Amino acid sequence: MNTVSKAVAVSKANKRFGDVEAAKDISFEVEAGEIFGLIGPNGAGKTTVIRMLMDIIKPDSGDIRILGEPFREATKNRMGYLPEERGLYKKLTVVDTLSYLASLKGTSGSATRQRATMLLERTGMLPHQHKKVEELSKGMAQLIQFIATILHDPDLVIFDEPFYGLDPVNTKLLKDMVSELRKQGKTIILSTHMMNEVEELCDRILMINKGRSVLYGDLKEIKTRYRTDSVFISIEGELGRIDGVVTTRDHGTYQELVLDGKTSPQSVLANLVNRNVTVNRFEVAVPPLSEIFIQIAKGQGE
Amino acid sequence: MNKTLTIFRHELLVTLKRTSFILVTLAAPLLMLVGYGIYQGVQSWYHPSQPETKMIGYVDQAGDFDQYTSLGATFVPYPGEEEARESLLSGEISEYFVIPNDYVSTGLIVRFTMKRALEAPPQTVETIEGFLISNLIGGETSTEVLERAKTPIILNSIRLDEAGNEMKGQDPFLQFFMPYIFAMLLMISIFFASGYLLQSISEEKENRLIEVLLSSVSARQILVGKVLGLGVAGLAQIVLWVVSLWVVVDVGLASIPGLGTISMPPSLLILAITYYVLGYLLFAVIMAVIGSIGTTARESQSWSSIVALTATLPMFFLTVIIENPNHAIAVALTLFPMTSSVTAMMRLPSGGIPVWQLSVSLALLAAAILFCMWAGAKIFRTCLLMYGKRPSLREIARYIREA
Repeated sequence: MNTVSKAVAVSKANKRFGDVEAAKDISFEVEAGEIFGLIGPNGAGKTTVIRMLMDIIKPDSGDIRILGEPFREATKNRMGYLPEERGLYKKLTVVDTLSYLASLKGTSGSATRQRATMLLERTGMLPHQHKKVEELSKGMAQLIQFIATILHDPDLVIFDEPFYGLDPVNTKLLKDMVSELRKQGKTIILSTHMMNEVEELCDRILMINKGRSVLYGDLKEIKTRYRTDSVFISIEGELGRIDGVVTTRDHGTYQELVLDGKTSPQSVLANLVNRNVTVNRFEVAVPPLSEIFIQIAKGQGE
Repeated sequence: MNKTLTIFRHELLVTLKRTSFILVTLAAPLLMLVGYGIYQGVQSWYHPSQPETKMIGYVDQAGDFDQYTSLGATFVPYPGEEEARESLLSGEISEYFVIPNDYVSTGLIVRFTMKRALEAPPQTVETIEGFLISNLIGGETSTEVLERAKTPIILNSIRLDEAGNEMKGQDPFLQFFMPYIFAMLLMISIFFASGYLLQSISEEKENRLIEVLLSSVSARQILVGKVLGLGVAGLAQIVLWVVSLWVVVDVGLASIPGLGTISMPPSLLILAITYYVLGYLLFAVIMAVIGSIGTTARESQSWSSIVALTATLPMFFLTVIIENPNHAIAVALTLFPMTSSVTAMMRLPSGGIPVWQLSVSLALLAAAILFCMWAGAKIFRTCLLMYGKRPSLREIARYIREA
């Protein structure tokens, strides 16, 4: 690993396409060895930011440093990129595809072949290695693209919507593999519009909307900040009156108690326990990222 | 540079393994052989191997035409037209002719045949001519003179320059066919290579692989690797065709005068190959860039046809270029990069090109290639990522400035 702890440092990056401001004053840093979530709705500018990181497009202004230095052609060898729009050579076999794409990253030889076999084994694709890509299902092809992205053992990997269109089994498989990459000390940037899907994976996030950064920082800290003053409960018997609860909303299998802001969730729980009510579920309501986003987007619109 | 090589090798191997490529490559020589076979078959069917048994009747009213009756055909004398006509109708002879008594002064011969033909077959005319000439002067001169009288001229023209030296390349084959063949080869290469390039780039653009490629290598490396890889594949195809054409020519057409003795001065060959390679490179780069601009393969195809047409422009001025190489049009076409290689191919064998034109044209061509490579890589890089929208000319100009 590089001794520099910042895997990515973007400062005040701007990019216009005609009248569209695809990125406006975007600044963020990605620590080495973390999973960083780049989230936002479709068309927010995520892909533009990623393409600027990959030097596929150049920012109109701003500074971008990758793995501790300005982008050089050789930097590409240390990065892996799974684009959102993806495809493979239809007529090429799986192994030929992998070895060609790896050689474009400057790696080849028996070590690469071994790693390819290991990754094919891990994803259950080994029996298909000599098939042509056109014979594979869409999900299988997506696994091959995932392997191609990490085959050259990159230090920084960028996945753009990696789980999109995958079945639950393969989604789980790839999420596990992403977690393993982090354990190996790799830095990972996950870009997705399915915000809830990646909440469990990310350490820190940058949320963008309409080309602007709207939320940036540690995921846990953000969630605490956007905590609504309410708890979810599921109990047996009557709820009765509890001090400090302003409203009660019924969600079918559970109820949401909105607190007055002065009462802590602990005192509500204590109240219930004291009254000998059987509590099946008690949870401090933390809004999912998507709701935080909606909240922010509303605020921006006003 | 290493990655350029990787792309080069990949493109070359993928193209060589492509079924359509193999089919087209093998089909052309096969077609040539089949065509030659059919030609031979038709020839021998239409002209059954020479009229040794051909019986030609004649009525000699002038007198003294009674010798050399088995020269080229069997000439059967008849005392009168009635008898000759009967023999023709009964099929004993294939035709007959009448030598009137004033033939020596008029030269008039009346021929009767039952076959439908626009005019008398040249071979028959030649045979009858031989018979008549032999009878006219056969007794009065030697056989050598007699033979010369039958074939009085075998022409060999030599052109002299101002200093009185023989000018090279006056072979009629070199003068007309070689320019034509070279120009055709170059144009075929351009058309085929542009096809492969468009296909390859459109494919990568349509299946979105291009983004993975651009995240691994630079646009310039992709461009150069592709142009060279597909270029070598196209070159291999052309070489195979030329070799098989050579074989067919050697085996089949050696009898045709001029074709058997093709020889080219080495300096001419080197210049021809230089123009060929440079001409190909220029068009290949332009075609690759067009492939990146078009949103679909079909759209790119129509644009590329327009560009490819400029390569054929010199063909329209073929006569001017070959017969009057110093004409302003010929000079302009020699200097303009997009037409210079085809034009040079035409002019080189027929008397050469002045040194200043050669050097200016080669320099312009090389400069054009470098410019297109430079500007192309920039357009290429931007346009490859644009789906669904074709950029306007003004936007393209902006990409070149900004990228």
